[in-house]
Amino acid sequence: MSQTGFNPPQAVPAPQDNEAQLVDAARAGDTGAFTELVNRYDRRIFRLAMNITQNREDAEDAMQEAFLKSYQHLDEFQGDSRFYTWLVRIAVNEALMRLRKRRPNHVSLDEPVEGDEDLMPREIEDWDPSPEQRYAQTELRKILDSVIDELHPDFRTVFVLRDVEELSTEETAELLGLSVPAVKSRLLRARLKLRGKLNRYFRKVAETT
Amino acid sequence: MRCKQLIRELSNYLDGVLEPDVLADLERHLEHCEDCRLVVDTTRKTIQVFCNAEPAPLDPAIRERLHKALEQRLKRP
Repeated sequence: MSQTGFNPPQAVPAPQDNEAQLVDAARAGDTGAFTELVNRYDRRIFRLAMNITQNREDAEDAMQEAFLKSYQHLDEFQGDSRFYTWLVRIAVNEALMRLRKRRPNHVSLDEPVEGDEDLMPREIEDWDPSPEQRYAQTELRKILDSVIDELHPDFRTVFVLRDVEELSTEETAELLGLSVPAVKSRLLRARLKLRGKLNRYFRKVAETT
Repeated sequence: MRCKQLIRELSNYLDGVLEPDVLADLERHLEHCEDCRLVVDTTRKTIQVFCNAEPAPLDPAIRERLHKALEQRLKRP
């Protein structure tokens, strides 16, 4: 297998026209085709694993295992979903396994759907129309990483799957072993919390005359 | 619809899965509640910012290790 480390992989795995062809080729033994898939998705899978585990070592492990397993079980991939979605499922399981190992006392409870807690946002200010443009990419990533890090793991995982990886509510529920209402409830709370934390970075700066 | 109820339906609204009558109720509320308009707008932007953010480049050392691990595994019959 050639080392294609400096071949910049695609940042966004939009439904690639040739993903299915690459998968077929890899299934037929074309390791180059599989390498291309790896290069295409390694950054996203690592980010996903980092977001869930919040630990670089575990994230790297989980990512490696995810790619290895996806290759080993390629013949089991039905092709009824995108390969990337299937890869995400494997990666999530690997990441969650490692997260649970590090936090054995952390119990994931199915939270009450209609809690009594006050969801009302406190910081209600107008933001820039395109808030992310205020920051350089590296700076923005730092901000997003830090606020996501502050989230409870249960909220964080649902948010990452629904809003970053764009899995459906049903896919997320199935993958995490949660009810649909539980996924929705956690997603709402995650979104509101993140909004609150991002407020200070994205609110409109008062103009001085 | 009151603010508290809107906030509870916020995710459903942004995901476009509200029943028509609830949707109409919610949008009527937004017409005269600036706070809720701001919350809807900034929550939508929150989702977009995360969704659009490109992942960081992979540390070359990590990529190197990944490829080595794959190479070893792929060698096996």
